Parts: sequence; C-alpha cells; structure tokens
Amino acid sequence: MTEQPLMIVSSSPHLHDKSSTANIMWHVSLALVPATLWGIYLFGLYSLVIILVSIGSAVLAEFLLGKLSKECTIWDGSAFLTGLLVGLNMTPSVPLFIPIVASIFAIFVAKWTFGGLGANWANPALSGRIFVFFSFTTYMSSFTTPRTLLKAMPDALGGATPLGFVKTAIASGSSGMTSNELLAQAGYPATELARKLCAVLGINAYTIDSFLGNIAGSIGEVSSILLLIGGIYLLIRKIITWHIPVTYLLSSAVLTWIFGGLPAGLGMFHGAFFPSMLSGGLMFGALFMATDYVTSPLSSKGKAVFGIGCGFFTFLFRTFGSMPEAVSVSILMMNIITPTIDRYIRPRKFGDKKLFAKKEAVA
Amino acid sequence: MHAVPTFRKGGVHPPDHKVFSREQEIVRLPLPSELVVALSQHMGAPAKPLKAKGDTVERGEKIGESVGFISADVHSPVNGTIKEIKTVTLPNSVQCDAFVITVDEKQPGDASKPIDWRKLKKEELFASIKEHGIVGLGGATFPAHVKFTVPRDKKVEYFVVNGVECEPYLTSDYRLMMEKGKETLEGILIAAKILEAEKIIVGVELNKQDAIDHLKEIVKEKGWPIEVVGLKVKYPQGDEKQLLKAAINREIPSGKLPLDVGAVVSNIGTCYAIYEAIVYKKSLYERIISVTGEGIVNPKNILAPIGTKVSDLLEFCGGLQGDVEKLVSGGPMMGFAFFDTETPVTKGSSGILALHARKKVRRTPCISCGKCVDACPIGLMPTLLYKHITNLNYEVAMNSLSLLDCKECGSCSYVCPAHLPLVHTFKTGKKMGRKK
Repeated sequence: MTEQPLMIVSSSPHLHDKSSTANIMWHVSLALVPATLWGIYLFGLYSLVIILVSIGSAVLAEFLLGKLSKECTIWDGSAFLTGLLVGLNMTPSVPLFIPIVASIFAIFVAKWTFGGLGANWANPALSGRIFVFFSFTTYMSSFTTPRTLLKAMPDALGGATPLGFVKTAIASGSSGMTSNELLAQAGYPATELARKLCAVLGINAYTIDSFLGNIAGSIGEVSSILLLIGGIYLLIRKIITWHIPVTYLLSSAVLTWIFGGLPAGLGMFHGAFFPSMLSGGLMFGALFMATDYVTSPLSSKGKAVFGIGCGFFTFLFRTFGSMPEAVSVSILMMNIITPTIDRYIRPRKFGDKKLFAKKEAVA
Repeated sequence: MHAVPTFRKGGVHPPDHKVFSREQEIVRLPLPSELVVALSQHMGAPAKPLKAKGDTVERGEKIGESVGFISADVHSPVNGTIKEIKTVTLPNSVQCDAFVITVDEKQPGDASKPIDWRKLKKEELFASIKEHGIVGLGGATFPAHVKFTVPRDKKVEYFVVNGVECEPYLTSDYRLMMEKGKETLEGILIAAKILEAEKIIVGVELNKQDAIDHLKEIVKEKGWPIEVVGLKVKYPQGDEKQLLKAAINREIPSGKLPLDVGAVVSNIGTCYAIYEAIVYKKSLYERIISVTGEGIVNPKNILAPIGTKVSDLLEFCGGLQGDVEKLVSGGPMMGFAFFDTETPVTKGSSGILALHARKKVRRTPCISCGKCVDACPIGLMPTLLYKHITNLNYEVAMNSLSLLDCKECGSCSYVCPAHLPLVHTFKTGKKMGRKK
C-alpha cells in the first residue's frame, strides 16, 4: 500500500460553478465601462477625476473600517463598485469634496453600520447620492453642457437637463405642449446627427439625443444605449435577470403614457413615455441601481413586484412631485419594502399541498 | 414541435465530466483477498448477522437477515471464512457492524441455467426480489420489496425507470444500458409485472443519445411495451420528483410518495439486479461502480463484489495521480467525501471519485443575489433557510420555510457566488430541528 495523501472531508456538493462575489462585482463594473468612457468624453477629464476620487474614497473607507472590524474586504470588489456608481452619479462639475462625502456616507453609514456587505437595507451608492443631493443641492443640480451640444446651447439653458427644464416650464404654468415642443420652443439644441436621424426615422431629435447620450446629466447616466449595452452584457452573463429592469421601465412608461400628460394639460394617454424612459437616469437606475442584489427581492416574482413599484413611484414623483431625484428616491423606497416582499412573495413550492387540496376540492 | 421534456422549476447545469470513464467497458475486478461486507447497506434497519467469527460462507449465502419492515437481506459475495465482525464507518458516516471475509482461493464457476421468468407468478417474483436482497441502486438504497408493495387502493399507472444518471462523472448506468441493454429491459418487464404497471417509461438524458438509440432499437426489435424517452440535460433530473415531472408531468405533493400520483420509480441498475436475481437466482452481492475523476490514473467501470475496499479498486485503476484532494463515494453533487481507503463499497456505491484540488474562493456574506432561489428545484428559499438555521431558529426553518422538503441536491450550493455551505447547513438544521 503506497502512502496515502490526506483527504478533505466536506459536505456535498463537491462541485461549484465559476461564480464568486468578487467576480460578479468586477463584471458589473466592467459593464459600466462604456457609459463611463462616454461620460468622460462628454464632460471632460474632470469627470474622470471625480470618478477616481469616488472610487478611491469608497475603497479607502472600506479598508479603514475593515481595520476596525479586523477583516479585509476590499478585494470582493463591492467597495470599488459602490465608488464607481457614486462617481457616475455626480454632476460633471461638482467640487471634489462632494464625491468624497457621498462615498464615505455610502460605505460607512449605508453599508458598514448595518453589518457590511449583504446586510445593508438601502443601496449604498444611492444613499450616498441622495445624501449629498439634499445636502448640497445647488452643486448637485447644476449641470454641464455636453461637448456635443456646446456650440449650439443658448446661455439661458446651460446647466439644465431636458427633464428638469420641462418640469420647471410646466410648474411655471405653460400648458398644452408636449415636452419636446417645450424644448423646441425654448431653442434647446439637438445634435446634427440626431436631426438627420429625425428626418429619416421620424423620431423626435431630442429623444434620439437622449438615447445616444447627447444630453446634460450626471456623468454616467446620459447615454441610454451604452447603459443598455452594459445591461445586456449582465443579462447574458446571467448576473442580473430581466425582471427588475423590464418591469421597472415598462411600468413607468405605461403610467407616464396614461397619466403623464395631465400636468401639462394634455389629457390622458398623451404622456411622453419615450423621452421619460431615456432621461433622468431612469435607464441607469433600472439596470444598475434597482438590480442591486442586496437590496432587491430574492425571487423572480418578488423582483417583478419590486420593478413595478419602482416604476410607479418614479412616475408619481416625476409627474406630480415637486422635487427632482424621482428615480433615486423610488428605488430607495422600494428598498424599504424589499424584506416585506421577500416575506410574502415566495416561489411556488414543488408539490404544494394547498394547491393539491384545491384541486381535489374542485374535482 | 414537441419540446424536449424536462422539469420546469430550478435546476443547474454542471459540466458532466463523464468523459473519463464513458468509453470504458465494464470489467470484472479480480477477487480481492479480503472483503468487508457491511450489515447496513440499505435505508432502514441494519440486517441481523447470521454468522459468527470462524464460520465459512458460500457465495450468495444469506449472512444478514432483514429486521423490521424497511430493511434488506445481505448476502456473501464469495466463498470464504468470516475472519471477524468489526464496526466500520461508511462514507455516509453510518456506523455499523460488518463481516470481514477472507476470500477462498477456489470459487464456484459462474452461473446456473437461466429461468424463464414469464412462467413465474407475480407473487413468486416478488418473493424472489426480497430473498435476493434487492435495494435501489441509485444511491438511496431503498429496499425494492418495500417499494414494490403496492397498497390495495393504489394502482400503478406508470412504472418510470430512471436512466437519467444526472450526476456528473458517473457512467455506470450508461455502460449498463450500452452493454446489458436487453437484460436490463427484461428486468424492467419483470418489475412491471410485479407492479402490474399499465405503462412503462425509461427516462434517459440526451447526453446519452447512443444509449437511448440502443434501447429503442432493442424495444422495437422485441416489440416490448416500453417507451424510451430522451430528457433535456438538467440536474437534478435523477431525483424521482423531478423525473416524474419531466417524464409524465405529474407532481408529487410535498411529503408524499410517487405511488400517490400513480407511479413507481426505479433506478435502471436496480432493474438489472432484478433480472439477475430472477433469471439467474443471483443475490445482490456485486455491482457496477464507476471509479473515475481526474485523480484516477485509469478510470474504469468495474463490476466489483460488495464489500470491496476502496484501496483495492484504486489499485486496480492504477492508483491516484496529481493533487487529489477529495475521495467521494457517489456523484459529486450528492456523494459523500471520505478519507479512509479501507472503507468498503456498499450496494449504494454508484461511483468512487478522486477529485483534484479546486481553486479556493473566499467565502463572503450572502449578497442576496437570489441565485439559490432560482436554482432550487423544490421552490424553497435556501438563503433564508441558511440565515434562520445559522441563527439557531430551527422552528421557522422547519415550519414556514419547509426545510424538510429539501433533498440536499446541492443546486443552491453549486451556484452560490458567496460560496456559503448551504447544503451542509441544511443537513445540520434538519438534525437539530428534529431533536427539538
């Protein structure tokens, strides 16, 4: 008998697929790269500095807090991802202390105090953003004109997002016009490409511009198409499922279509649902914020309910609310409800006795 | 167009790793000098020893008698002498008494004349199965005579034969279908006669297309009333609940048996054992074992006597190679890791795997991704179960989260990106919960 090597005894299963927490976090970060690069191109190198500072402060905060709780968790990638998300949620001209505050708030208050990775009830990056938004509203709501629109932008409109502009216009009493008409009347510019495409496809130039990413906004949220590419990558890698993004986008679009025209005096079924899907960070929120594992429900059914809830609140705040930040606040609200969803909405159990009892009763 | 049948909820797709031993024909192990035949090789009560130290035994002689309703007889695989009775630990950490048999040099020659089973009555066939100690060879080792006892008020509409072999690595059922197809199918007919089954279905996963074709050909040629169904590859389709859902679209209610939906499920290896028991009066004292995995020099499918020590099997396969980290009895998804190569194989050992060390991934806290919820074929919420059990909250886990419906298939642990020991925790949770 040859000498036998020592064997490990452990519970089944003895196989595991290739996934790991860190792997997932890095893949999500990778999926954000196109939108990030576009943001840096659009708003200049200072955006890159903002993003790097956010990531740096988030990772540093995680590292230092890890010293306190005697663990090193920076390599699981979650702090990096939180930092990246915070950075992408900054307006392109914020002073650097704001992303630092946001990142530290995200890691320290939203995540670490509740028990670290997996134990937080609110999306850390979103909490960070909301915190600095309501603390430094002026900085956080002055936007930079994107490079592609720079020449044509009238001075009066500089620093406003289309969504913000329309909201202000409607709030100050203009009625009877769609959002695109309002923008056109004020002389809001559109890119050459969008105007050409508009002539060919018959889709409004502003809508095309927000789809491609030629609008003002936070660094990472402007280009719906690049965010969609990232989202589809995550879907293909099976890192996210379709339930949250699809139900979120659909429910907010349908509700906006039905009721969205009311504040502007257009009546029912006249809401501009397409522009609403493509602006104000909805795409970013639906694909990357609402799908955060920790703060969204576990089951597919629960995820669908979560998405519909997000869509409902986004529509509500946008159409009838007086504050901006509809997407962030709706997702945070649904984060609160997530544990309740998980308690009451569960997958159907195989061979559920109740179901059989019903069947027998019918028969 | 008919979609390829499979079960709907959950399931995973581990790489099948069957390549190591897939093309290896079944070979008979040269008789080892010593066997260790355990008395608890089946689900239920251990058998009562009928022999004492120093007694001689003959091949096929009953040496352990079933005690109680769920139990099975144990037979000697060889002519030999009982050297001693000692306590052994089986891979599934069951401790029981075992006969250590010194094998005689001279062994009887093979095989009596075949018997025409069609002339036998149902009752005679049934008695024969009990007498020859047949148990389910899929791994659960449920005594066949208990399973085949159909209560008067129940009827067997479907006899579903499990040729799925959904566990990665294992190829013993595949080789059996390829090499002993006709005999196995006849065993299926015998079982169906005992059960008075109306329909017979053999479920095989599509990664064994040649086995499906082979069986179909025999069935067609003989005109037997057996339907061979190809199933989409998905783990754990070899579980009887998932198999029935896939093959006949019936769902066994929680806590009930296949008989409650008019079906009986048997492993294909069991059917072959039934054939041998009836036609050649051969008790269940040997079985086909896949000795495979990347850590085996020459992976093989071996016909070995029950009680063979793992060390003898490994030696016959050229020993271990590379950085072997685990020895597993059974498949890699539900099998048991063990460390002692003196451990004997039992009626339930479908395979012995030698697995190389795998990349260690750091465990993180649960990130609530819900992958386990999507993977669970039973529709449980593994992560919630895990949290409740680790907080010693057994009652919630047992009652509102249906811990006892978990069959430890391992799908949740397989997909968990946080690498949490989910199945391990559920096993512990069940024990602790029952204690309370």
